[in-house]
Formats: sequence, structure tokens, C-alpha cells
Amino acid sequence: MPLWHGTIFPVSLIVTRGLTKTFPQVVALDSLTIDVDAGVTGLVGANGAGKSTLIKILLGLLPATAGTASVLDLDVTRQGTEIRSRVGYMPEHDCLPPDVSATELIVHLARISGLPPDAARERSADVLRHVGLAEERYRPIGGYSTGMRQRVKLAQAIVHDPELVFLDEPTNGLDPLGRDDMLALIRRIGTEFGIAVLVTSHLLGELERTSDNIVVIDAGRLLRASSTAEFTQATGSLTVEVLDPAGEANPRDRLGEALAARGLQVAPDGGVLRIEIEDEATYDVVRDQVAELGLGLVRLQQARHRIEDIFMVDAGTQGVAHGDPT
Amino acid sequence: MAIPPESGGRRSVIHDIGYSKYDGIRLGEGYTWRTLYELGVKHCYGLGRAAKYKVLPMLMLAIMLLPALIIVGVQVIVSLDEQVLPYSRYAVIMLFVISVFVAVQAPALISRDLRYRVLTLYLARPLRIDTYVYARLSALATGLFVLVGLPLLVLYVGSLLSGLSPGSETVDLLGALGGAAILAVMLAATATVIAATTTRRGFAIAAIITALLMSYSIVATVQGIADEQGATEVAGYAGLFSPFTLVDGIQVALFDTEASTSAGPPGALGGLVFVAFAVVIVAGCVLVSLWRYRKVAGR
Repeated sequence: MPLWHGTIFPVSLIVTRGLTKTFPQVVALDSLTIDVDAGVTGLVGANGAGKSTLIKILLGLLPATAGTASVLDLDVTRQGTEIRSRVGYMPEHDCLPPDVSATELIVHLARISGLPPDAARERSADVLRHVGLAEERYRPIGGYSTGMRQRVKLAQAIVHDPELVFLDEPTNGLDPLGRDDMLALIRRIGTEFGIAVLVTSHLLGELERTSDNIVVIDAGRLLRASSTAEFTQATGSLTVEVLDPAGEANPRDRLGEALAARGLQVAPDGGVLRIEIEDEATYDVVRDQVAELGLGLVRLQQARHRIEDIFMVDAGTQGVAHGDPT
Repeated sequence: MAIPPESGGRRSVIHDIGYSKYDGIRLGEGYTWRTLYELGVKHCYGLGRAAKYKVLPMLMLAIMLLPALIIVGVQVIVSLDEQVLPYSRYAVIMLFVISVFVAVQAPALISRDLRYRVLTLYLARPLRIDTYVYARLSALATGLFVLVGLPLLVLYVGSLLSGLSPGSETVDLLGALGGAAILAVMLAATATVIAATTTRRGFAIAAIITALLMSYSIVATVQGIADEQGATEVAGYAGLFSPFTLVDGIQVALFDTEASTSAGPPGALGGLVFVAFAVVIVAGCVLVSLWRYRKVAGR
């Protein structure tokens, strides 16, 4: 049964209910129930967690073993063709022919998506410019770098102006700079272009800046799904650094002890204190205590927890609880 | 890894012009079929592509046309009152050239999308895999039909110029074009199966050329031996086992042409067997190709 359906997203672009896919050797998806809304959604999971399988089922290319799924309110088993005319897909693996130019390929694929010749040419030029391919788009793809290839793959996924686009590991094989560019581009697709995005990654950290919502799956099961803000803010902490203008020893420890006495969770971390944020009042308590002790406040900084931290906790506890199919 | 063109100036370009939505029409599967088909036919001859992709197919087409042009020249100069070479026999005489053409162009057209996994990009679009296979197959068949049929038209023009009877010439030409169409479909279907099974271009080329030339040599050898032994019927039926002799036999049966081999299909029954066998081969090849692509698509 739905774990959290209806609570966060009123109208969902992607809905799966008890979606299961078993291959002869493995269970790729295990009773997966998720709702994906507009905006950018990160689908996070280790390699082999079932991300690509899920996308193929949602495209109507792979039949599910059990359960149901719909995309843009269309049933994946019966309305696959219609789904594929309204969504875009960037595969994880290399899928570009080396002997044609990016322009030729994108124009051709735009036509295969049903765009008339003129519109196909016009939109290809537009989209290639948006993904950042300039003069090189007239050269054969065989000579492109990994970064350029990823851009071509992205261009073909949005050339027909889909309502929703599936991006499977778009940052794969990119260097840190290329990865940042790609993530910024994805963010723009989700916001400026107004195309809903489902983007997968096995790297938890990289999606938190890009996505509005995060869905974590592991071994084909839902581990956790919520907004990115919830993910990262729920367990925020404060980094506090102080000094004593009077020159007395250990200002850090004196503040730490005083704060602990007022009921806060405090831990020393090098030269600074790490304080768990309980609510808005925590900031005031820290400020007042610093003033009371006559210390100088050097740093008061919110240290957001990374998705990784939550993932570790979830994998250890919730994962088991959620995993049992009802 | 060096990715020089990706930084710097590009960013300003991106932000200059906003994204525009597309709300024009989206055409159906008939249009996508036509798009794939037309591009496939063009690519058979390297049209709309870099010069190096034109060299081989155009060379093959030139070699195909050369004998026809020579014959026409001779016909017109000498004013012969009958055909030097019947239309229906042209394909068998030029079978080496046709085999090379199909061996090189079939993998380029068929296995390329499998090898580079471009098929994934087609599959993610509103195009059914069967439509894709039919479009590719039809494009290859059309390319072959042009290769085999064009020299026949040259011969036809030459015959009319040298004053042969337009009536009987036209009938002969139409029969030969029918034969060319059957041969084109037959070769396209068999080459597609081979090209779809192997994603290695070199293997596919070797396999197709071997299959086409070997089958013909074997058939010719068997026919030669059978003929010598006086087993005309065996010689006739041996023709079933090479696409070229099979189609030649069908021409004999359907259009009453002269057999290019030592023995055509024996009698009316033989003709029926040849036609049925061709239908089975083409249907079988198409089904295996569809099966193969559906299997790839289901992964």
C-alpha cells in the first residue's frame, strides 16, 4: 500500500504502486510505490538499485512483473507510445553513432519524435545552443569528448520539448567542472525550460543542489522520499567558534559546558563547537550564552547535513522497516 | 581529459536567448516511417553524407551501369535487330557487384544502430520496433532495386533507340523489373538477418558476401554435375539454394524468360515450388529480424 502517497504531492507526474520487476536472476524492483511531482526529482541509488529498470518500465519499454505505473496520467503498459511522444530519455550508456554530426542526429531524432522537417531543424539548432554545443555540432560525433557526448545525449532528450524528461546518470564520466555544468543545465531544464526532470545518480551528494525532491531506492525498494529541504534540514547543526578577549584559557570548553548545562547537545570538533539545532531558539541560546560569558563570537554557521548522512541512517534502520512488502 | 570548448564563452551564449516551447503539430507513425525510410534510401548511396560514404556505393552503381552502356553503344552503332543480352539475365551476370553492394551497405544500414546502441534513442520515441525494422528493410530493398533496375532502363532506352519493337521490349522490361524487385526484397531480407545478428561490421560484410557468392558457386557446381549426369530435374531444383538462381527461376516461371543457369525450375510444379520457397525465405528472414530486434528492445 502507498507509504506516503498523497501527503506531499497532490498531483503526480509519475505514480507507481507496488511496482515489481523480476529477472531470472535478480529482483530489480521490489514492490516500489512512489509519486514524482513536477520540478526536478533526484532518483538516488547504488548501481544495480533498479534505477534504469524503473525508467525503462516508465517509458513503456519493459513490462512490469507486478504492480502498476503511470506517467503523465498514462498507463505504462497500454499507452507506452503516447508516453514516449511526451517524454524524453537520456540513456546512461553511450548511444551515439560516430559518423554523423550532432546537428544531423538531433534533426533526425526530432523528426522521429514527430516534428515536421522545418520545426525539427529549428528546434535542433535551439536545443544544441542551450546545451552549449557551438561550432563543433557540425563535426562528426566520433571526435567528441565525453562532456560533448553527454550534451548531445541531453539535447536529443529535450529536442521535441517533452513535458517530462528521464536523465539516467547524466554526470557519468564527467570531470568535476563538467559535472557542475551538467547539473546547472539540468536545474535550468527543470526551472527555466519548464520540463519536469527525473534524474538518477549513484552519487547522493550531487543531486541535493539540483533537485527539489529526492527519492532513494536500494535493491529495488523505496528507502526514502521527501523534499530535498527536508532531507538536509531535518538534522542541521551549528558550528560555533569563540575567543576570549580577556585572554583566559579554553573559551571553547567554557561555552560548551554552559550550553550543555542549558540542555543543548554540544560536541567539541577541533577548535570549534558543533551544536545540534533543536529549533529556532537554539540560535538565541547560543548568542545569549556567548554574551553572558563575555566571549567574542568568531563564527556562527549552520552546517547542513549531507544527504549521505541521512542515507546512512536510513539504510541502517528505515530501510528494513520499509522494505517488507505488505 | 581535455574538454576545451566547454568553458568560457559558451555560458554567455546560453543565457542570451531563452528557451522556447514547441506547440506545433506532432506527426504520426506514418511520417516517422517515411523519415526513416527516405533517409535509409539516401544513405544506401551516401547521399547527404560526407564524400567518403558515397565512394563505394556510387562506384558499384557505375560498374553496374557500365556493361549496359557498352551494350547500348554497340546496339546503336551496329543497329542489331535483337537484344544482345536479355534484361532478365543482367542481375545474374552482375551478381558479384550486387553482392558487394549489399554486403557493404546492409551492415551500414542495419547493424550500425545495434552496434552503437543508437536503437535506444529510437525506442524512446513513439516508434514501434517493428516499424523501425520494416523501414530499414524497405530502404535497403529500394536501394538494391535501383542498383539492379537502373541498368535495365538503360538497356531499354538503347533497344528503343536501335529500333526494336517497343511493345515486346516494354513487356520484357516490366518482367525484368518485377524480377529485380523480387531479387531486391530477397537480398535485403537475407542480408538484414545476417547484419542484425552480428554487430561487427567486418563480420557482417564477410558473412553476407560469403553467403551470397558461396551459395551461387555451390548451386552452379551442383547444377553442372547434375547436368552432366543427365539429372535435369535435380539441376533445376538446385537453383532454389541461391538467392540469384532462385529469383532467376521465378522469372522463368512467372515471365517465361530464358533461364540464366543450365536448368530452370522443372515444369509448372517447379515454378510453384520456386515461388513458394522464395516467399518462405523472405517471410522467415523478416520474422527472424523482427524477433532479433524485439529481443534487443526488451533489454
